[in-house]
Amino acid sequence: MTVAPATDSPVPDTVTEPILSVNNIEVIYDHVILVLKGVSLTVPKGGITAILGANGAGKTTTLKAISNLLGAERGDVTKGSIIFKGDEVQALSPNDLVRRGCIQVMEGRHCFEHLTVEENLLTGAFTRRDGSGAIQADLDLVYSYFPRLKERRTSLAGYTSGGEQQMTAIGRALMSRPDMILLDEPSMGLAPQLVEEIFEIVKRLNEKEGVSFLLAEQNTNIALRYSKYGYILENGRVVMDGEASALRENEDVKEFYLGIAEGARKSFKEGKHYKRRKRWLA
Amino acid sequence: MPIWGCRMIEALYNFFIDPFVRMAADFPIFFAEIVISGLLAGVMYSLVALGFVLIFKASGVFNFAQGVMALFAGLFLTGFMNDFGIPAWLAIPMTVAVMVATAWLIERLVLRHLVNQEPIILFMATLGLAYVLEGVGDLIWGSDVKLLDIGIPSGAWDWALDSVGIYVEKIELTAAIVAAGLVIVLAYFFQYTRIGRALRAVADDHQAALSVGISLRTIWVIVWSVAGIVALVAGIMWGTKSGVQFSLSLIALKALPVLILGGFTSIPGAIVGGLIIGVGEKIAEVYWGPVVGGAIENWFAYMLALAFLLFRPQGLFGEKIIERI
Repeated sequence: MTVAPATDSPVPDTVTEPILSVNNIEVIYDHVILVLKGVSLTVPKGGITAILGANGAGKTTTLKAISNLLGAERGDVTKGSIIFKGDEVQALSPNDLVRRGCIQVMEGRHCFEHLTVEENLLTGAFTRRDGSGAIQADLDLVYSYFPRLKERRTSLAGYTSGGEQQMTAIGRALMSRPDMILLDEPSMGLAPQLVEEIFEIVKRLNEKEGVSFLLAEQNTNIALRYSKYGYILENGRVVMDGEASALRENEDVKEFYLGIAEGARKSFKEGKHYKRRKRWLA
Repeated sequence: MPIWGCRMIEALYNFFIDPFVRMAADFPIFFAEIVISGLLAGVMYSLVALGFVLIFKASGVFNFAQGVMALFAGLFLTGFMNDFGIPAWLAIPMTVAVMVATAWLIERLVLRHLVNQEPIILFMATLGLAYVLEGVGDLIWGSDVKLLDIGIPSGAWDWALDSVGIYVEKIELTAAIVAAGLVIVLAYFFQYTRIGRALRAVADDHQAALSVGISLRTIWVIVWSVAGIVALVAGIMWGTKSGVQFSLSLIALKALPVLILGGFTSIPGAIVGGLIIGVGEKIAEVYWGPVVGGAIENWFAYMLALAFLLFRPQGLFGEKIIERI
């Protein structure tokens, strides 16, 4: 299944030890709606991995299955296993998982509107028991990554801009001292320049703080520029995966996700050819 | 302004404002007595409303059982004291323990199974809970009226009576002091502690709270425990005043207009709302009662609440509805 013509090592993920591996999970909502039909993926320690795909492909569901937030939406992982830092984590509650170092930043920011920016950040430290000194130090760290938040620390989060809310949400997750952040659609509703800024910070957090990222994005272009590995999800299945650089060069990805058509306009027949191949891959 | 406009304002002034001005000038003592007794009665309403606000803030549930919880706590307290002869200083912590255990059971048996349901379903659950608590209380302690005496002095406050000539009930004065203390403690708890912050976070966004690792179950047990303790305080005050009996659970109905006035999400709102209702009721009875044949004290609060629902549905101190465009 791996499409990696540009690299010589066929399965580059296994070179470093994975921090997260999802093995063939199936998710059913309300006992009837099958949303994920066997998704497998791994995130190497210190990596940035992207899940790409259109609306309704199952990106958010995959992330929520990992962070165990599905229960609140009457969803259920019925098959497969999720292993984080060597332990199976499906049975854990979200707060146990946060304590172990895996936290999700939800789609659409979900800041606490009636709390100030600083209070929002502090709620991220809820599971920590290492004293207010360490928490204060991390607060300063978050402010060093997001200087804009420091200026707005006393305003209610509900009154801040979309970009500032996204920063608050990421900062809030950082306050739990995570090893891994599941980042759902960070570009949603933001101006292109801000999207670039957010991804730049993600990259710095990854390099300097050693946080691994699994991000779900519709914006394939930017996601592939900042991530190292990518999975493409369609209808609850992984239809393609590979090194980000390889995916960017892949003809099908170029045409269907990046909107770059080589040469003349492609005919309908060729489009169908891709669909047929995709079904075969799945 | 046209003539009829002036007349209208004059009539409104004569009806709503003038009586107070004249009364305050001519009979200052009588006026003060009415205002003070209204304020003190209002504090008693506030005590019940506080419990509602706590649970509503943290879980968006309108807890219909709050009044019954006050009765429940009162029953256990009188039971411990009268039937077993346990002194008050020990019986009160024991009742607190009962309320915490009740909160734990409520989370375990009811709330946990209703996660992510519509608010109306949770409301119905608390309705059922009210009957269960009432039944359990009756079953254990019987349904007769019980006297509650934990040593709060009763009767008139002599100093006020002698020096100013105003009649003030000691029990109501005590209730006012206790309520003030309670509000300060709660405000501090909500604003500055880690748990308080988490409670507000849960009130804002359940999902996000879950995602940052706040355990909803723990939060619910905490908030229902705190509401239970507030109910105990209300139960003690009302029980001392008029005995622990079934009608105690009906004070919840009086808390409703208080909440609408003050806002469902505001602790200061519950207090100010209670005071306005308390004073409003007394004054309405004295000044406008005769116009409509008296006994308006019973429904005045609800009329006021209705007016508020029309013009300011979030209440005086309700949470601002943040809307970004």
